[in-house]
Amino acid sequence: MRSKTFIGKIDIWLFVIYLALVTIGLLSIYAAAFNADHPHIWDFSQNYGKQLVFIGVSMLVGFVILLIDAKVFNAFAYVIYGLSLLSLLLVLVIGSKISGSTSWIQLGPISFQPSEFAKFGTALALAHYLGKLDTDLTKFKTKLTAYGIVFLPMLLILAQGDAGSASVFIIFLFVLYREGMGGRILIIGLVAATLFILSLCVSKWYVMIGLAVIYAIFLLMIDRTKKNVWLLTGILIAACAFVFSVDFAFHHVLKPHQQTRINIILGKEHDIRGVGYNLNQSMIAIGSGGFSGKGYLHGTMTKYNFVPEQHTDFIFCTVGEESGFIGCFFLIALYLALMLRIIHLAERQRSPFSRIYGYGIACIFFFHFAINIGMTIGLVPVIGIPLPFLSYGGSSLMFFSMMIFVFLKQDANRMNIL
Amino acid sequence: MIKNKINYSQRQYVIGSIFILVAIILLIKLFIIQIVDDSYKHSSENNTLRYVTQYPQRGKIYDRNGKLLVYNDAVYDLMIIPSQAKNIDTASFCKLLNINNSTYNTYFQKAKKYSSITPSIFISQITKEEYGRIAEMLYHYPGFYFQTRSIRQYPMPIAAHTLGSIGEVTKPEMERDAYYKLGDYIGKSGIEKYYEKELRGKKGIKITVVDVHNREKERYMGGAFDTLPEPGSDIILGLDADLQTYGEYLMAGKTGSIVAIEPSTGQILAMVSSPTFDPNDLVGRGRGARYNELLNDPDKPLINRAISGTYPPGSTFKMINGLVSLESGVMTANTPYPCSGPNSSPIKCTHHHGSPVRLYDAIENSCNPYFWQAFQAMMNSHRFKDQKEAFQFWYDNVTSFGLGRACESDIPFTVSGNIPKREYYDKIYRGVWNALTIRSLSIGQGEILVTPLQLANVAAAIGNEGYFIEPHYVKNLGGASDSVIFGKHVINIKQRHFKDVKKGMQSVFEGEHGTARMSYIPGITVGGKTGTAENPHGLDHSIFMAFAPVDNPQIAIAVVVENAGFGSTWAAPIASLMIEKYIRGEITRPYLEKRVLTTNSAQ
Repeated sequence: MRSKTFIGKIDIWLFVIYLALVTIGLLSIYAAAFNADHPHIWDFSQNYGKQLVFIGVSMLVGFVILLIDAKVFNAFAYVIYGLSLLSLLLVLVIGSKISGSTSWIQLGPISFQPSEFAKFGTALALAHYLGKLDTDLTKFKTKLTAYGIVFLPMLLILAQGDAGSASVFIIFLFVLYREGMGGRILIIGLVAATLFILSLCVSKWYVMIGLAVIYAIFLLMIDRTKKNVWLLTGILIAACAFVFSVDFAFHHVLKPHQQTRINIILGKEHDIRGVGYNLNQSMIAIGSGGFSGKGYLHGTMTKYNFVPEQHTDFIFCTVGEESGFIGCFFLIALYLALMLRIIHLAERQRSPFSRIYGYGIACIFFFHFAINIGMTIGLVPVIGIPLPFLSYGGSSLMFFSMMIFVFLKQDANRMNIL
Repeated sequence: MIKNKINYSQRQYVIGSIFILVAIILLIKLFIIQIVDDSYKHSSENNTLRYVTQYPQRGKIYDRNGKLLVYNDAVYDLMIIPSQAKNIDTASFCKLLNINNSTYNTYFQKAKKYSSITPSIFISQITKEEYGRIAEMLYHYPGFYFQTRSIRQYPMPIAAHTLGSIGEVTKPEMERDAYYKLGDYIGKSGIEKYYEKELRGKKGIKITVVDVHNREKERYMGGAFDTLPEPGSDIILGLDADLQTYGEYLMAGKTGSIVAIEPSTGQILAMVSSPTFDPNDLVGRGRGARYNELLNDPDKPLINRAISGTYPPGSTFKMINGLVSLESGVMTANTPYPCSGPNSSPIKCTHHHGSPVRLYDAIENSCNPYFWQAFQAMMNSHRFKDQKEAFQFWYDNVTSFGLGRACESDIPFTVSGNIPKREYYDKIYRGVWNALTIRSLSIGQGEILVTPLQLANVAAAIGNEGYFIEPHYVKNLGGASDSVIFGKHVINIKQRHFKDVKKGMQSVFEGEHGTARMSYIPGITVGGKTGTAENPHGLDHSIFMAFAPVDNPQIAIAVVVENAGFGSTWAAPIASLMIEKYIRGEITRPYLEKRVLTTNSAQ
């Protein structure tokens, strides 16, 4: 039989990309949180020193994962998922509040964010469920269960008041699409997103008048069979109900600071010194980087802390300011390579579990990547979700790393699946 | 075969394409802001943005007639951003600033400890002259710049206690309210403290681009992100500056206080606490040293005696006792009680007058035996189940005058004084006590303690014949024409009883034996009452309360002169002069004024 160890069998490209991202993250945090009184990167009182510890622990956990039997993750998917749900419930009871949301559990000196755990757990559970041989995604009951697996943690996270983290779970729709859910789901998603933005931008009544007009036009154009008319009317009612619920959610579920953030992106509010301040400063930092950047540790915006939360959610600013467009291009290419590589590897899996899991994590990375970078350059509202592998934070780095290592293990083991 | 095993793997290309598409969209936007759009690059490699706080004008304070009491004057703070302060020639810089090297290091470390990247004050309140000299040379010293700020100025050196002062925020104050940054000013006492939020306004910010030579080059983005400071609201006080000035003039050299209230509104017309100080003393860089000096002064000029000095009210309290007894129904204004002068028991009379006496004469002569008997009659009344219930009736009525509690308005740090409770006597006499045990209450001695503010308020309530407005400083806020409203308190005693008491108080000035007949003001009707508070620590305190004119009072006043003996000798003339000054605007009795000013009160 093969004498190669697992080290020889893991996908070296994916591993190298992972290492590169983690390293860029550490260097960026060093630049963003640099404290002249503690210049050493291994100074554990500083955030960069701590991140170094997080990286070390993540690597160690990753190594252990590579040693475990690959089948464990499929077999225990529901257990892990259940634990993550439990931790989400726990945070509602004993969670501590950090910047408006109750999403942290404090265990002595360690604080832990269950929503990061839940993404990992949900990816496993969804892969396990859809990967079973008798699962048929065309059946209504199957769809309902799949939605349930995704929306249960999402609702629990919403209950914490952390709409940003909750929104990540929407991306699992991509996974369902890949596994045979009708293509309509993406179109419905797109229409829903458009309606969503529209009903926030203009009064819900205008949106509904617009819908009614479109309904009337369609009614004139199509073949007016009884079935078509009913279908069209149903769609109209569903769309109106959606607009209403968005409007309701915006005014009654979102916290004022989240409403303001969305309003600023939509151009409805100009509040340069308030919430818009982060965004404004972040765009100045990135924009002032120019083509080739100001040089590592020479970003003035970075150095003088003009961008709040720069070592966490706004870490991309450091890259943008100090390494310019070139650096951003390289980093985005690196992320793209990561995601496409995972998809590529996923497609070569024999086990549906491994494939679906691969898509799950690729989509999670994609959502974080698109939303986080998008918010720093003013394309999407300021939603507090981290940039994978770059943002400072133990929980997110740990679980993003675990996602990668579990997938590496599944891939290394693919030949053993019959 | 299971039918769903159709191969959907083509969909990988749809998903992959979406990933690529989004990445391209991000890159296009990055290309725009990093390469196409110039506006983000205004700050080139070595430029930094400087956020200069634009301090708003603190609201001004006026008296009731529009006279300016507090305004602002410009001073300059030398600011430092420690991380930018590099290669400083400390020797020349210290010489420029007139400080020595170790002071420089202390200031520098203090700023750095607060934050090395956000600005903090290096030296505060540099005068205009110094500013000109230093600003010229400042370009040699990167990381330093000037910020204008205003300090408080007082055109008239009066009402220091009322106006209060501002000072640098302390750490706990910064923690309570994130609005404040190190070196900011905050109201510390008086009006400045209570109306801090209204007076402070809102800070603005000016963002400038600064080059390596510490020169401000331009407004960042043409000032698009700057915000203008919003000036604080002006405040109009009920205070009458002329009356306040006159009160401080009369009280100079004496220890004590004067409180004058407009009865119809509850506004403070004057509040004097003597000895006092010039509010200009607690302004500017000398504030700390001068403050300590005042703090350590044995005469305690920082204490506002008008609101925190407590005194036994003495005979002035007889008005309230009379009213409570009348209200209890055990007597009328015409009920006579005998007085045996110095031989009276259990309380002697200190005045010479006929016997028996009725309410008016009793007030005019301040007859102790009368008020003891009235008190005893009330306590023994069959209307009540027992003496304790009678006492509760007394307590409830007395406290309805605002006694025994702190003031509930914009006057900070008022003390509550003391009106003893039933439970207190139950405790010290183990439940066995009666009217005789607590007889000293009948003449305003014993455990009763009031502040001059409370006493003036009692005068206002009697003048108003049964109600008072919670005493307060402010008249209008922020230019509004409407007065600020504070609570109205109605006293549960019939108006006719007040009329009887007022009649007696008028004869204190006008009666043949009136204890304040020396202070009679021709042409102005005044109701008043003298008091002499026994003081275990020395000479008695001279106390007086009054209101005028009797029928529609415009002023209610209380005067306390510490260690000055009888109320009639000191407090009454001062009160009558204040009343005349306020109502008539001038003094027609220079001999009285002269006596008050030139004779030493503590004989």
